Amino acid sequence: MAGKKKQTFEQAMMRLEEIVKTLEQGEVPLEESMALFEEGTRLSAALYTMLKTAEQKVTVLDESTDGQIVEKPFEGGENAI
Amino acid sequence: MTGSRIYSVTQLNQDIKNLLESNPSFHNLFVRGEISNYKPHPSGHHYMTIKDEGAAISAVLFRSEAARLRFRPQNGMKVIARGRISSFPKSGQIQLYLADMMPEGAGALHVRFEQLKEKLYQEGLFASGHKRPLPEFPQRIALVTSPGGAAVQDMLRILARRWPLAQIVLCPALVQGAAAPESLIHALKLAERHSGADLILLGRGGGSAEDLWAFNDENLARAIYASRIPVVSAVGHEPDVTISDFVADLRAPTPSGAAELAVPDGADLLDAVEQMRRCLRMAQQRRCRQAEMHVQTLRQRLSARTPARYLAAQEHAVQGLHDRLQRALQRELEEKAAAAESLQQRMSSGMQHAIERRYARFIRCEAALDALSPLRVLSRGYAVASDPQGKVVTDAAALVSGDPIRIRFSRGSADCKVQTVYKMRET
Repeated sequence: MAGKKKQTFEQAMMRLEEIVKTLEQGEVPLEESMALFEEGTRLSAALYTMLKTAEQKVTVLDESTDGQIVEKPFEGGENAI
Repeated sequence: MTGSRIYSVTQLNQDIKNLLESNPSFHNLFVRGEISNYKPHPSGHHYMTIKDEGAAISAVLFRSEAARLRFRPQNGMKVIARGRISSFPKSGQIQLYLADMMPEGAGALHVRFEQLKEKLYQEGLFASGHKRPLPEFPQRIALVTSPGGAAVQDMLRILARRWPLAQIVLCPALVQGAAAPESLIHALKLAERHSGADLILLGRGGGSAEDLWAFNDENLARAIYASRIPVVSAVGHEPDVTISDFVADLRAPTPSGAAELAVPDGADLLDAVEQMRRCLRMAQQRRCRQAEMHVQTLRQRLSARTPARYLAAQEHAVQGLHDRLQRALQRELEEKAAAAESLQQRMSSGMQHAIERRYARFIRCEAALDALSPLRVLSRGYAVASDPQGKVVTDAAALVSGDPIRIRFSRGSADCKVQTVYKMRET
């Protein structure tokens, strides 16, 4: 259940760093720099949202007697073995 | 005493020391005994005797090692001590130089711990080259720990605060007791195969050495070593060290510490993103200004070369030439006029002179004429005689008495008759 959203956090972060570095070097053709700027702005907004709105999700792996493995939500302390 | 070497005491004691130190068994051995004559020295070193029913040996624990001791040695205490054998050349005294010491009960465990640690170390299970780097932004984190207890709560709380983006999967296990190692291994394998995690935190809260003992299990160590997912071990409190800690990819001093080490701080990242947003904006503004200035420069250069400008330049040039031409003509005209003027002047003055000269001549002529004028002569008293034909008589010989002549005076005239003629004598 690894969300695509989380998959791109690292990628988004790396891409944003890359864009900032490229633009700071300043040798980009103007049109391309505008496109990069837009992309960078989009990315930073997305990252900001991800960080601000994320809510921790906790599950517990439960193995039943017949070897079935099930992932269930964890309610702190109640699923003690 | 036939030719055998005679030692000095110094040599002898030194040889004894060398002999003891050359025996590999004496480099790192365990001794079981009872502490007596315990003397902590002001220098920080501890001096004592370790004895059993049959014998005793001097022992010293230096200050640097004493710091690691986790109990206070007392006379009568039964211990297992680890150290090396040597002697002190000055006194010749054989001594046990202690590296570590444990009270007997815990001591047995301690020995097993040290021995397993050495064994696994030799096998290369602790090699730093084998340790994997942790993911920078973990997406799913598996917790192998007890579902009850403070440790899991601490970890969840810290993970939620710092990095809520990661999903947490708890793999419950027993963390102490005889069944614990197997339970931990099982939970670890579960985490590895079914949790989908990219990081595993394995540990438990604080406890005694016995409580933590499960984390020294050899099979658990091997399972951690074999894990394809990076493992952070987080057992007990800061000074507690277990075999799991050595074999894991990263050791955290406590479960809370593990949560801190395993994930980035969301707050820091927000700042970083904000910072990058600012840098982005500034870089882009700089870039736009740069482009603007470039356009400006080009525009200036272009406007310096527009057709209008070009024509204006040409016009200007033409005007310039025109002006020069005009001025040249002007000068030419002026020069010519001046020349003409001067010629004119020369001419008129020349003429003037000529006229003056002529006039003077005229005057002279007139004067001469006037001087020669018969009237002038007449005015001087002469008279002109002319015959009736009007011909002037200059010679009296032409006359006879009785001829009529007219005599013209300066004023008026008279008709006369000749009376007597006198002729000029010829000479």
